[in-house]
Amino acid sequence: MSVSGVRLLLLLLISLCIPNVWADQSTLPYKIDIGRGGHCVRDPVWMRKNHMHLLIHQRDLTVREGKPNKEIDLRNCVECHASTKDDSVIARSDSFCVACHRYEAVKIDCFECHSGIRKSAWLQRNAK
Amino acid sequence: MSTSFALQHKKNRLYYALLAGAGLVVLLALYAVDLMEEKGHIITGMNNQIVWGMPHVFAIFLIVAASGVLNVASIGSVFGKAIYKARAPLAGLLSIAMLSGGLAVLMLDLGRPERFMLPALDFNITSVFAWNTILYSGMFGLVIAYLWSMFEKRMNVYSKPLGVAVFAWRFILTTGTGLIFAFLTARQAFGSAILPPMFVVMSFAWGMAVFHIVQMVIYAWNDKELEPEILERKKRLLGLFILGSLYMVAVYHMTNLYFAHRMSFERFILLDGGVYPALFWWGYVLIGNVLPLALIFMPGMKTKKSAMMASLAVVLGGFAFLYVFIIGGQAFPLDLFPGYEVSSTFGDGKIGSYTPSIYEILLGFGGLAIAFIITTVSVHVLNFMPHDKSYIAD
Amino acid sequence: MKDVQRRNFLKTSVGLAAVTIAPGMLLFKVAHGESDDNSKVRWGMLIDTSGCTNGCRECIDACNKENGLSGGLAPTDSQWIRKIEIKDVSTGHEFGLPMMCQHCAEPPCVDVCPTGASFKRHDGIVLVDKHRCIGCRYCMMACPYKARSFVHEPLHNQNPDVPRGKGTVESCTMCVHRVDEGKQPACAEACPNKSILFGNLHDPNSEIAKKIRAVASTQVRADLNLNTGVRYQGI
Repeated sequence: MSVSGVRLLLLLLISLCIPNVWADQSTLPYKIDIGRGGHCVRDPVWMRKNHMHLLIHQRDLTVREGKPNKEIDLRNCVECHASTKDDSVIARSDSFCVACHRYEAVKIDCFECHSGIRKSAWLQRNAK
Repeated sequence: MSTSFALQHKKNRLYYALLAGAGLVVLLALYAVDLMEEKGHIITGMNNQIVWGMPHVFAIFLIVAASGVLNVASIGSVFGKAIYKARAPLAGLLSIAMLSGGLAVLMLDLGRPERFMLPALDFNITSVFAWNTILYSGMFGLVIAYLWSMFEKRMNVYSKPLGVAVFAWRFILTTGTGLIFAFLTARQAFGSAILPPMFVVMSFAWGMAVFHIVQMVIYAWNDKELEPEILERKKRLLGLFILGSLYMVAVYHMTNLYFAHRMSFERFILLDGGVYPALFWWGYVLIGNVLPLALIFMPGMKTKKSAMMASLAVVLGGFAFLYVFIIGGQAFPLDLFPGYEVSSTFGDGKIGSYTPSIYEILLGFGGLAIAFIITTVSVHVLNFMPHDKSYIAD
Repeated sequence: MKDVQRRNFLKTSVGLAAVTIAPGMLLFKVAHGESDDNSKVRWGMLIDTSGCTNGCRECIDACNKENGLSGGLAPTDSQWIRKIEIKDVSTGHEFGLPMMCQHCAEPPCVDVCPTGASFKRHDGIVLVDKHRCIGCRYCMMACPYKARSFVHEPLHNQNPDVPRGKGTVESCTMCVHRVDEGKQPACAEACPNKSILFGNLHDPNSEIAKKIRAVASTQVRADLNLNTGVRYQGI
């Protein structure tokens, strides 16, 4: 089996563990700050289940092949979903990425390297 | 009867105390790893100039010795010598134990240890490191199969071919370990075709020394006496291996001395590099070679004690050599502009400084402790004790 | 990849007869290793050391700022670009130059990386894919230019355009995030004497290609045959 096949299989197995609550769009059992929100690259229910596939697929294209995609770009996610209060997707327990991942008990290691702050805000903060 | 029972009881308690001690060392090592994970490698002595430090000294010693110890098994199965055949199971066990310890140290030192499976998934065909992951796991499998073939009567027929396979595999494995350094063409200390064979010959000496130590401890533990003829023969073989490795190291330095562009490095490592020449001459040459050779070949030195001392000295010398080789080799700056004097904020033209921290030393000892635990438990529960028929010269 | 190179090598060997017909062109191409890469773009730099004045740190500061490096000088701090002061021992002639990842066509770091985290992009830029880097530091052992740094501590507040993180190896990216947007690397833009010329080595009409044809340029450690993307003038 190819590497991507193995990955796909693993991801499928993992996605089996996602509880039914994802099917319901209207009620989430926790507080979440969706930032600006608005129209996403796909519909929200699909995104909740599949955003990681988009990210992982695009990450290899961007990094290794030098073919960035303006839409599917972590910076683009942050741009819309960072809190309007603190410009971050990870700063608080109800921040956009943290709220769900904490509920699902899935570790996010994106932000050990990637910035979780809206770029405009980052530029402002780091203007010298 | 009652005294021997009391003695057995005492030994049992000692056994569990030793295991607990080794377990504690492993725990301390895991604590160090956890701290390295949390704070980063900043808490080690390693830096951007000395990128491989103490953990690599321990890991490479264990891995090289793990390959060399199989020599004992090979002489038995490939060349059919009875006294070595009787020791093949113990040699196989030691190999697995040291390989486990060494690899554990190597993996836990990674900047991203949680990704240690990645080399298997995204395999880079040109990387010696990636080759080595195959060599190491293959060695595990082969040695386990080899042990099985020796313990299980119905598998006995496969013992010989498996012994030959192990024999070949460990040669390639140590070659691979040497190649890690041999391929670093830009570094004066490394980048030499002599390194793989040098590692192979050194593995013989280190593996044999470790085998001696363990064998003597096991015999003492079981109140058995190793036949002096056997001891004498194996002692002389160790002496031969020591001479062989010393010769390889001498050739390595001599060839470097012949290349004008490597003269300054040799000057550093053999003469004015501070701790490195000191460790090389006192640690490697004197303790690791002269002392054991004297203990082995000087007339009137036929005691068990001298064999034990010689083996311990070889192990210490091995560590000293690797410290000088790995860390000293990196401390000497890269020569970007041959013939020019250079300086910069990033250590160009400057000898790199390195002070090992307690955490990396703990990690290294953790590897030793893992090897110790695997060996001790296995010897305790399975029959790894060499059984000699009364000695007949082959 | 290797197959293509081998094929090209064979082609070149077979084409040796052509040397007599067009010796100048073919020998030039072989000597510079240009023939073994068919990519239309190969980003590179030509650095004029005569413009690298004593005490000037503009390129280094610009790099640190652009990529969010601390600028610390401890042996455990990252330095993607540094200035090397060079003195000819025999003549006493002194000069300086900026040193960073040389973006080799045959990068040793890529050869040794067990996971393929070190890789060369199609346009010649050598990068570390931090998603794959396991932090073994073998690439740092292999790099002849000491161009790479290991991130020794957890980082915070990274530039959104330049992800960096603890436990991985990093080095000059030739400001790939800027290059992809059609901009120049930060160091090239910052140099007050315009001594860092950035451009496409494979475009014969680019400024850098023209200049490399016109002036004598050097690769550092050319003896290693790595075919560097960063060339120096005036060494």
